[in-house]
Amino acid sequence: MGTALERIAVSALALLASAVIFGLLLVFYAGVDPFEAYALMYQGAFGSWFSFQNTLTRAAPLILTALCTALPARLGLIIIGNEGALVLGGVAAAAAGVAVAASGPLVTNLAMAAAAMVVGGAWIALAGGLRQYRGVNETISSLLLTYIAIALMNHFVEGPLRDPTSLNKPSTPPIGDANMLGTIAGSDVHWGLAFGIAACLICYLVQRFTTFGFAMQVIGGNPKTARMMGLNVGRYVLIACAAGGAAAGLAGMVEVAAVHGKANASLAVGYGFTGILVSFLARHHPLAIIPVAILLGGIGASGGLLQRRLDLPDAAVVVLQGIIFVCILASETLYGRSWAWLWRFRAAEGR
Amino acid sequence: MIDKFNIGRRALLGGAASAAALGLAGGAQAQKPLVVGFIYVGPRDDYGYNQAHAEGAAVLKKMAGVKVVEEEKVPETVAVEKSMESMINMDGATLLFPTSFGYFDPHMLRMAAKYPKVQFRHCGGLWNQAKNPMNTGSYFGYIDEAQYLAGIVAGMTTKSGKLGFVAAKPIPQVLRNINAFTLGARSVNPKATTQVIFTGDWSLPVKEAEATNSMIAQGVDVVTCHVDSPKVVIETAERAGIFTSGYHTNQAKLAPKGYLTGAEWQWEKIYVDFVETMKKGGVPGNFVRGGLKEGYVKTSPFGPAVSDAAKAKVEEVRKGIIDGSFAIFKGPLKDNKGNTVIAAGTTYTQTEPVLEGMNYLVEGVLGATS
Repeated sequence: MGTALERIAVSALALLASAVIFGLLLVFYAGVDPFEAYALMYQGAFGSWFSFQNTLTRAAPLILTALCTALPARLGLIIIGNEGALVLGGVAAAAAGVAVAASGPLVTNLAMAAAAMVVGGAWIALAGGLRQYRGVNETISSLLLTYIAIALMNHFVEGPLRDPTSLNKPSTPPIGDANMLGTIAGSDVHWGLAFGIAACLICYLVQRFTTFGFAMQVIGGNPKTARMMGLNVGRYVLIACAAGGAAAGLAGMVEVAAVHGKANASLAVGYGFTGILVSFLARHHPLAIIPVAILLGGIGASGGLLQRRLDLPDAAVVVLQGIIFVCILASETLYGRSWAWLWRFRAAEGR
Repeated sequence: MIDKFNIGRRALLGGAASAAALGLAGGAQAQKPLVVGFIYVGPRDDYGYNQAHAEGAAVLKKMAGVKVVEEEKVPETVAVEKSMESMINMDGATLLFPTSFGYFDPHMLRMAAKYPKVQFRHCGGLWNQAKNPMNTGSYFGYIDEAQYLAGIVAGMTTKSGKLGFVAAKPIPQVLRNINAFTLGARSVNPKATTQVIFTGDWSLPVKEAEATNSMIAQGVDVVTCHVDSPKVVIETAERAGIFTSGYHTNQAKLAPKGYLTGAEWQWEKIYVDFVETMKKGGVPGNFVRGGLKEGYVKTSPFGPAVSDAAKAKVEEVRKGIIDGSFAIFKGPLKDNKGNTVIAAGTTYTQTEPVLEGMNYLVEGVLGATS
């Protein structure tokens, strides 16, 4: 754990390094002027009000799914089943929404959110429970649970929950236009963004200012010590996993209530997997998740412009994301050493 | 490389300056190009669904006064709304082709309501005059006609009498293709059967290869498919030395020995027509359908293994389909559970709405819809 300054400096350095590597790839592999590419990326992601809204809309689900990895990470668990919690949350939300669609938008949306959070939370708590009580590696189990979740989603939307009129794209019945979550006033960014930011703030406050949060930190530091101190580690594991899963489930609810209006296979488009990336880039810090998600949302938003103007393949932005991920992970080794490293340079100069 | 762009920019500035000069001189209004946006759900070079559309877009690129902008691998979420909006706001697109089925509702409809002056045309045939705005529309081809012809070739080429069909999902469009292919095969080879395997999604290369291999192990000797990219199925079958029938676009390159024929789209027919209408100041059709007759679908050129008898039979039936004397779906027709699905004496033309809700597999298909 370095100082806040060190953290920001090292992350910025890693981002710079990835920008340079990506730029070199652009020049030598794609034959594209990197400055032109970066200018276009800026234009596509932040260059206008339209672009910025595009970025924020794409960031919204990432903020929520990132929490699914970030919260258990506080306890030293690596959960990557975000996508599974999202799709099942979405299915649960659609089912609940259709069931109570007649009772007004507020009740419908609350029921949808509750159903999504319960199902998403239970799904990730399952991975946490397997780890705590059965010794199953939570990373593997949560990943495999994702595939089960996607299969379950397909089963439900093509079977018991299918709207018979959805012929060529099996979906649940729509929750109805009146029950859709609108956009934040004055923009066309949906409310998922506000939910995500609120969730991050709550998580930060709990982690920073409550004994519960402190206990999580102790367990993350050393579970054996925590146990000796009398902390019920299993309880914390289940709660953190459930909370993370609930956040991802809520992301699924937002997809249904603000974007699709129904649940179908379009829920599984990788928001959960990108959320893992966001959480790692933010070093699992709830507040850092917000800017990181906006950065990745921006990269996604600018991808289209790169394709259209420079004829780059869609994979270009995926490559950039991958490079950033590797650079940030590699930069972890600099923590605590960066100053010594710099000093050594100076010492060498002085010699 | 950097030089290239400097020149590009300079040329652009020069172009802008001369355009401005023209404007000042009060000369003829500079022809603004018609900007057409294409959005694909997968890669443009997938040897399949997306490539078929990209080939249509490539034809438009050669037209004067037309600028084509393309985005690939856009998921059926808010991302496609933003892609459409970005093409409208940043590129000035006035005609958009979101080509994937799931782009229509709610994404394309939402954008169409927001940008009433832009024309949206969707591939898949969902448009409904009573419900959908007039700046939207849909186009689709009766590719089951080409599948029927491919089925004839398969039926006349197979030695084991076992045909294979790797399919994504048991939805009406897919079932209609499986049924047409099987009916074609059995029209010339009444003992032929089609083993169908549903993989569950549009792009699952590993499952598609497994399905193909398991069919080969069962003695299937002609395989075809309805997935987004037939590449894996065709290549796997070619390696095993069996025959293949393509889909979406021409895969002969992937299987020079075993490729018989295939059911292909010919979207450029529609795209060129729409763009020419727009350039004349008109509005493209809202509900455009057609098959072999209109040239929206075609069969791939015959491969080396196709017999002359099969070629002659195909041409005979093709003539019948084009002049309207031949119908694919007519009674008496039984499904593979023994129920009569089309009564004797009933003949459905391709435009028949009942066919759009097809939920059965015809007699001769081995497999189940659920």
